[in-house]
Amino acid sequence: MGSTNSTLLKIPNVEVLMQETGFSPAHIIRLHDRFKALDKEGRGHLCPHDFGAIKELAMNPIGDRIIGAFFSPGKETVDFHTFVKILAHFRPVDKDRPKEPNSPEPINSRSNKLKFAFQLYDQDKDGKISRDELLQVLRAMLGMQVTDEQLESIADRTIQEADLDRDDTISFEEFRKSLEKINIDHKMSIRFLR
Amino acid sequence: MASSICLCLLRAVFLVCFVNPLIQGLSGDVNLVQDPRHRLEKNLTGLSIVTFDWHHVQTPYLVITWVFVAGLAKLSVIELNHHVISVVPESGLLIILGFILGGIVWGADKAQTFKLLPPTFFYYLLPQIILDASYFMPNKLFFSNLGSILIYAIFGTCWNAATVGLSLWGCYEAGVMGNLDIGLLQFLLFGSLIAAVDPVAVIAVFEEVHVNEVLFILVFGESLLNDGVTVVLYNVFDAFVALGGPRIDAEEIFKGIFSFVVVAFGGSFLGVVFAVLLSLLTRCTKHIQIIEAGFVFVVGYLAYLTADMLSLSAILSVTFCGICCQKYVNANMDEKSVTTVRHAMKVLANGSETMIFVFLGITAIDTEIWVWNTGFILLTLLFVFIYRIIGVFLLTWMLNKFRLVPIEVIDQVVMSYGGLRGAVAYGLAAMLDKDKIPEKNLIISTTLIVVYFTVILQGITMKPLVQWLKVKRAAHADLKLIEKLNNRAFDHILSAVEDICGRIGDNWWTRGWNRFEENYISWLLMKPKARKNRDYLFSIFHKLNLEDAVNYVSEGERQGSLAFIRSDEVANVDFKKQFGSEFTDVMPDIMVDMSNYELGIENFSVTSIVKDTIPSVSLDIHGKDRKNVADDINAHHLLQQHLYRSRKNHRHKFSRSHFSINQSEDEVQEIFQRTMRSRLESFKSAKMGVNPAKKITKHHKKDLTHKMANGHPDGTDHLYGDEVDSAVGSETGAIRGTFMRDTYTVRAGIENPVFLPAMDSPTHSSLPWLMETDAVAPSQRAQWRLLWTPNRLRRLAPMRVSTCSTDSFLMADLEEHEEKPQTDHEEEIRPVFD
Repeated sequence: MGSTNSTLLKIPNVEVLMQETGFSPAHIIRLHDRFKALDKEGRGHLCPHDFGAIKELAMNPIGDRIIGAFFSPGKETVDFHTFVKILAHFRPVDKDRPKEPNSPEPINSRSNKLKFAFQLYDQDKDGKISRDELLQVLRAMLGMQVTDEQLESIADRTIQEADLDRDDTISFEEFRKSLEKINIDHKMSIRFLR
Repeated sequence: MASSICLCLLRAVFLVCFVNPLIQGLSGDVNLVQDPRHRLEKNLTGLSIVTFDWHHVQTPYLVITWVFVAGLAKLSVIELNHHVISVVPESGLLIILGFILGGIVWGADKAQTFKLLPPTFFYYLLPQIILDASYFMPNKLFFSNLGSILIYAIFGTCWNAATVGLSLWGCYEAGVMGNLDIGLLQFLLFGSLIAAVDPVAVIAVFEEVHVNEVLFILVFGESLLNDGVTVVLYNVFDAFVALGGPRIDAEEIFKGIFSFVVVAFGGSFLGVVFAVLLSLLTRCTKHIQIIEAGFVFVVGYLAYLTADMLSLSAILSVTFCGICCQKYVNANMDEKSVTTVRHAMKVLANGSETMIFVFLGITAIDTEIWVWNTGFILLTLLFVFIYRIIGVFLLTWMLNKFRLVPIEVIDQVVMSYGGLRGAVAYGLAAMLDKDKIPEKNLIISTTLIVVYFTVILQGITMKPLVQWLKVKRAAHADLKLIEKLNNRAFDHILSAVEDICGRIGDNWWTRGWNRFEENYISWLLMKPKARKNRDYLFSIFHKLNLEDAVNYVSEGERQGSLAFIRSDEVANVDFKKQFGSEFTDVMPDIMVDMSNYELGIENFSVTSIVKDTIPSVSLDIHGKDRKNVADDINAHHLLQQHLYRSRKNHRHKFSRSHFSINQSEDEVQEIFQRTMRSRLESFKSAKMGVNPAKKITKHHKKDLTHKMANGHPDGTDHLYGDEVDSAVGSETGAIRGTFMRDTYTVRAGIENPVFLPAMDSPTHSSLPWLMETDAVAPSQRAQWRLLWTPNRLRRLAPMRVSTCSTDSFLMADLEEHEEKPQTDHEEEIRPVFD
């Protein structure tokens, strides 16, 4: 217990962080260890190339986008607080926790999870997934097995399925609606973050 | 009415087929296999032209007639009364019908000559049901819940067996059951055979109540996988009973536990081996496509029999055979064979299921097996029910500590209540050795009562319970590309986040397996051709397109003509005429709707529209121009898509288009596609520049200004935006809305007009059968799906309808204006229309 507390004490504002993310001290410590392991040069923050060093992540077709999601626009670094907050998106929803009526929406709520997924598509941050943006993701995920023409028609069809106002882009609202049937809590949660 | 006729028919058939021969002194040993030589020994007194030789065909004849009767039973049950069906599950009704049939046999024969014999059940009725269940198993769902399923299957079943057996023994010792010749081991044997949840009963009942998929897979998976446990427990205790109490030592018990591992894993492994065999086999059946579907059944059955021969778990073997081979077999075989397998599998499985339930009912009508012991029977029912509940809640409580999505309490209630026992338990009970277990008949009758109780009573109450508890139902979801796409994205995201966290989680395993599967297993088990075309998202896309095309053509044919493919105006007119003359009185609603739509353009009479629409379009020069090209393209589409062709060709085409990147032999195809596309593109841009729609608009507009006092004559040369601006808020907003839609569809005549995406509002769309009325509801969905891509099916070339972007969001604005004025308008119009 002693070591736990001492590690926790080293993290500034750890109480606030735990409050915001809902992580337990054990999780925070584990993530802190991981953070330090990733931060090889010991600067106290992570750069994109720190993430790039993770081998499996480099093989992930949309890995660069996920790395990008950790960095808010214009920033080149991510500190521990932001790191934990991003990962908190993937904490499973706990139903037992009593809901305070005026507390802010938790980071791991359904719509926040969806927003995270949405911004992976929406690279220009205009709040809409354009056809090109979708096409890029598709190209990355489907790889070389499919021709460009086929990819394009898949993208078209996908947009048409979701696009309610016929502007040939998918807004977040449309994105949310089109995935209504999917159990996002299930699909966007990681068990060991509970 | 139909039901009673059916029943009468059934009885008549029954009496003719069975009772008469039976009365003729054939009762007794039905299974007597007739020796063919028997015939030769007859004294021939002369050549007889026709002989009645019942003995010769007796056995197969009886078998096939029973199959026939069971089929009729199912038919009569289904036709009986849809009201009854909605209350009582089919399986329960079949058992009750079995009682009746059994009663008839009993009445005719004074003994039950037909019973469900364990060999018949285990070798001829059960395998195909299990094969069917596993072959159509949703694999991803199954494996992602495999941990929980195994826990329920192994520990749940052991728990049930132990607690039921021990509690009964305790009660027996306490003297509740009176004097029985039965000991602890016999009780445990009974407990082990009654413990297992029955796959057949579970499938039958749960398929009717559409509970959510996780709940279904938990109950269903448990019922399939607990066979390994049941067989082992049964065999072990059977052996123990034979050995006798004193000779059981630690070694024997250890052997029992070890045999569980061997039986369960051996069975599963054997199943996987046969699945690999089957997949390899279907790799090279290209030239015997006509029988390749048969291999699935034969190899599946072989897996079952081999496992049984080696005294491994046969059900587990065939289960894993089906689960593992489905992907490769479906990819390797011709699409026709896949369809054949799918349907044949369902026929066999449903047929056997019906037979099983009918015979479970028939078996009951037999005084020989009934031994009544109130204490034993009631206590068994009670314990089976209670320990199932306790077991489920206990195991779920433990599982929920580890599960990502915990199992909710109401789901647990349904799971406990879904602990249906069935024919497997009966089969095991009937296999008991009368010498070793003197109370065999009591065990059989108790098992039967438990089966009836769970299948009929719990089956009946299951649906109300599910409704009352508001259990999450399975959402009947349409296949959607965006969902599949995002599922894939979510998988990638999760595994990436796991990497970032630096921990090995579920997704790591999934990804590792997928990679391994892709690199090695598919390479081994799949045809190279099937491998190429295999991307999941793409095959979904392919499937959707095929569906669209089929719906499109069938919709067209339903309307009696494919003429609308050429031009929507013609379609309107044709349809209108036909419809007007034939169905006016039948479906006035539609006519109103249609008038609504048509007269939204011009408040004029119907006939004037019929006359007007074509000239107004074809007089236009660009319209003519367009028509030529459009005809060209439409003809191309027509030939490409809408002529009858086999699925095989589709597929073939598909792979060809795929090869076209690298392979020179398909260059022609490629060139053709490209030329076609560039023609379309250039044509489209030219069109957009001149904007023929404006012209068309003009025509409509003129009509409009003639007919309407509050028209805007100045608006003719404006672009859409201006027009709408001036129209919004005015009383004619609604008319404008529909009118614009129409012009839009006309304008974009490059494409097959029927498919245009702008027809988003069913009430205003240009296809008459799109009207949102109940009468045409079935075709509604089909049409909706048509709006998208079928015309890209072949070429897969992206023909963007970019023109629609200019007015689309204005239309969205208009939407709200449209709703109310529309109704006003309708009333305004109707007199004219009448």
